Amino acid sequence: MLYAFGGVALVCLGLYGLVALEHMLRRILAVNVMGTGVFLILIASAARAEGAPDPVPHAMVLTGIVVAVSATALAVALACRVAEQEQEGRPEGEVKP
Amino acid sequence: MIGVGAETWLILCIALPFTLAVAAYVVGPRANLYVAWLAGLAIPLASAGLCYGVVTEGAIRYAVGGWDQPLGIALHADVLSGLMVLLSAVVGLVTCLYGHRYLGGADDASSRSYWPLWLMLWGALNALFLAGDAFNVYVTLELVTLASVGLVAMTGKAVSVRASFRYLILALAGSLAYLLGVALLYAQHGVLDLVMLGEQLGTDWASVAACAAVTVGLILKAALFPMHFWLPAAHGSAPAPVSAVLSALVVKASFYLVLRYWLDVFPASVTDVGSFVLSGLGAAAIIWGSVQALRTPRLKLLVAYSTVAQLGYLFLVLPLLRDAAQRDAVVTGLICLALAHGLAKAGAFMAAGAMQRVAGDDGMHGLRGVSVSTPVAVFAFALAGISLMGLPPAGGFGAKWVLLDASIASDNWLIAAIMLAGGLLAAGYIFRFIRVAFHTEEFAGSVVTRHRTLEWSAMALALAALLMGFLVEPISIWVANAGAAGTTQLAEVVP
Amino acid sequence: MTASVLMPLIVLLSSLVPAVLIFLLPADRHWLRGAMSLGGATLKLAIVAIMLWGVFHEQTYRLTIPFLPGLPLTLHADALSMFLITLSALLWLFTTIYAIGYLDNAPHRRRFFGFFSLCVSATVGIALAGDLLTFLVFYELLTLTTYPLVAHRGSAKALQAARTYLTYTLGGGAVLLLATVWLYHVAGTLAFREQGFLNGLVAEQGPTLTVIFFLLIAGFGVKAALVPLHGWLPKAMVAPAPVSALLHAVAVVKAGAFGIVRVVSDVYGIETSDQMGLLLPLTLAASFTIVYGSVRALAQDDLKRRLAYSTVSQVSYIALGLSLGSPIAALGGIVHLVHQGVMKITLFFCAGNLAESAGIYRVSQMRGIGRRMPWTMAAFTVAAFGMIGIPPLAGFVSKWHLGVGAAAANQGWVIAVLVTSGLLNAAYFLPIIHTAWFAVENSVNGKSDDHKDAAEAKWPLLAPALFTAALSMIIGLFATADASPLTWATLIMRREFGL
Repeated sequence: MLYAFGGVALVCLGLYGLVALEHMLRRILAVNVMGTGVFLILIASAARAEGAPDPVPHAMVLTGIVVAVSATALAVALACRVAEQEQEGRPEGEVKP
Repeated sequence: MIGVGAETWLILCIALPFTLAVAAYVVGPRANLYVAWLAGLAIPLASAGLCYGVVTEGAIRYAVGGWDQPLGIALHADVLSGLMVLLSAVVGLVTCLYGHRYLGGADDASSRSYWPLWLMLWGALNALFLAGDAFNVYVTLELVTLASVGLVAMTGKAVSVRASFRYLILALAGSLAYLLGVALLYAQHGVLDLVMLGEQLGTDWASVAACAAVTVGLILKAALFPMHFWLPAAHGSAPAPVSAVLSALVVKASFYLVLRYWLDVFPASVTDVGSFVLSGLGAAAIIWGSVQALRTPRLKLLVAYSTVAQLGYLFLVLPLLRDAAQRDAVVTGLICLALAHGLAKAGAFMAAGAMQRVAGDDGMHGLRGVSVSTPVAVFAFALAGISLMGLPPAGGFGAKWVLLDASIASDNWLIAAIMLAGGLLAAGYIFRFIRVAFHTEEFAGSVVTRHRTLEWSAMALALAALLMGFLVEPISIWVANAGAAGTTQLAEVVP
Repeated sequence: MTASVLMPLIVLLSSLVPAVLIFLLPADRHWLRGAMSLGGATLKLAIVAIMLWGVFHEQTYRLTIPFLPGLPLTLHADALSMFLITLSALLWLFTTIYAIGYLDNAPHRRRFFGFFSLCVSATVGIALAGDLLTFLVFYELLTLTTYPLVAHRGSAKALQAARTYLTYTLGGGAVLLLATVWLYHVAGTLAFREQGFLNGLVAEQGPTLTVIFFLLIAGFGVKAALVPLHGWLPKAMVAPAPVSALLHAVAVVKAGAFGIVRVVSDVYGIETSDQMGLLLPLTLAASFTIVYGSVRALAQDDLKRRLAYSTVSQVSYIALGLSLGSPIAALGGIVHLVHQGVMKITLFFCAGNLAESAGIYRVSQMRGIGRRMPWTMAAFTVAAFGMIGIPPLAGFVSKWHLGVGAAAANQGWVIAVLVTSGLLNAAYFLPIIHTAWFAVENSVNGKSDDHKDAAEAKWPLLAPALFTAALSMIIGLFATADASPLTWATLIMRREFGL
């Protein structure tokens, strides 16, 4: 139960960050915080009154982490691209990928 | 279709695009032409096979690898998902032709990333439409997001990179809200299968909260007003074949999920307040999107704002689903509206792309008199516009007729009035462009270079949207049959 | 049996197929394009002639195409549809000849002729529509296909006029759609039936049906230019002359008037709507429009605008006739559908000739033009006399039946409206005729330069005008002949009233 509430708190924190923050990296972090919160809730839901915990949420979280990692990688790559373009001072120009 | 079961087609619908995507990446741009042809022929064939099977034999379930629920991954195809797969197939086929011509030179960096990403997106969309459990939906939803973000950012222009970043972050937030809903559902009921969930959900607060989380996550991705702000930038700045797919299929995928959940999973948990809030947002989207489309200085933005407005219709009529007598009619109307919009919007974006090619830019001012140079594209745009305005005999008209009938039958006059007003607003922005195209002022762009493939691709989709009105009756029959079959199934299960 | 299915389809396709082919042809194949337009028009006329014979002998022509759930598209030829379809087939042929001559060497001819043919297809669809949904489908298609014609010149003024036109007609279309869906919901059917299909519902659904009736009339009233919904018509005069001719005589205003006829006679039934008390407001609206249009026409110096206001006035005779509830008045209204079409198209052909050959756009420029362009002005004069209602021309026949019908329906004041309108017609047409024939070209103030070197229009422009002028004389003179519009309208009325 404690984990579940922790998860909810993290989701709220991440959501706040997403809405309030401007900087790209911070927003990526905010999404990740939110994601971690959701994963925590999922893990907490795996607890059973007796016996071993339910394995399905674990599988879901693992898959979720993989998805989150790739999404974060893409987001960071895009942020880098934007930063490069800003540095080169030609925001409208063509940049070779 | 003889000798091949619908299940085989089902698997091919998902496996083919993913395989081709990998192949396109490994072989590189040299094979673009072959990939385009292979994908453009094979995937629509598989989709048509699947759709035929679903319509003639009823819904299909398939457990991947022989693992049953709740451990395995279930695929599920019924009339709704079959038709969505078919829509992707038609739009996808034309996109293959159009994209190959539009992106041209094989050495171009953007054409190198286009084919793997686009085929990945196609596969992800098919997988999403055919997914049978809540978590699988999450995975496919993320796949769709990643592939579409990649497509938006493909050209590497600063505008599109920024738009794609914003799109990515919001889509991720939407997916996480959805996942939160799924977590709540699983914690409550211990199953993920959509059909099983539907049988268990009630009106308790956990179900309602799950319903809310799922819906909020999905409407963020479906760009329902006021969460639409990312859409015009992303769809407007992407290359035309990408915009076409994003507007026609990707936002439709999120809407499909809303519909799927509201029909199969949440009927017991959806409250009147919830459905009317969504309906109100839909109405606001119609008006706001149309007004923005009337003001924007660029053609592709106009089309993108039109998407915002047209998505509004899909949500506007959701309260009508609460009236059991009108359910089949509303489902028919929604499917037809989604299909007609998909075809028409893809056509409109492709026509815009063809004109942009000739004019060098899609600013309204530079497009003055463009009908001299690209008459076919302007004609295609106008035909697509007929469907968007909901005028006969287009699919948009058929859908609107069915929905109007349903809203009058259930005494929802306001919804009827907004639908009619939305049609007039659509006429306003469509003809705003037609006026520009008819202008006598000497056309500034190139008059010599024609892009026949581009123009006729747009025309093909626009014609499909125009003639889709004649499909409304068959679709209504399929929906009614499926509904009847569903009721008997339930009746067998319940005792 | 196959012939009865195929005929309506061929009539529809005889202009639809040329339209598509015209769009696909290269823009510089003028000769082939003209051949296709004319070929389609001739074929259509031939088929229509066969169908006329068939309908007279009570043969059914019916084609259904699956469309919306429970509501197929129905093309059905009854006596009333043959009336409009004959008019449009005949006048389309003339207008095509005229347009080929008029647009010689003009730009965008492919677009023009393509949409021109589409527009006629839509009119044919309206005429053949067997139910209100089919009617609505073709009615909206007509709106869409005429837009490019009104906007054809592409000038700021033309685009503005087209925009006004579109605003009015699409707004009307939306009202119509609402009314149609609502009616379908209430009645469960939309198929036209002689004497209406709502008789059984009046008792329990009376108020709803009344609301729907006025929504339908408002929807059709836009195209039929009932005041205050007429604002688009005078503005649409910027279109090329063949388009104005077609809009006024055959396609757009006739579609609106025909819609009113259909609603009153085949949806509600004349007797039913009379019993429901729906007709008096329509009579009032039509009478007001008749007088208002004529008064406004008086003040116009621009020739085409004067003709436009004249149309506003004249088309309402049709609604007026229907709304009086007496068979003879209805006969007068229906027959005016054809009579007004033939006379008005003549006037527009002549106005086009004046503009094209002599550069004359205003009444005040017409001094003495009759001597330079005698044939054109002769045709104009015949048609104008017909409009005023001078016997034995076509207009007189309509007005006579309207008047007799009004008397039969105990609505004597309508006769006063007719007389007033006749006098006003004379007041705005006779000065034109007088100026053209008898006024001396005034060489002092330099106005003579206007048509110093004006000569008679070339034959593709002149022949259609002369022919339709002659026609308006013939159908008036031989109004009681076997094949005249009046005889046919009598047939319609017999079937409508079940006499």
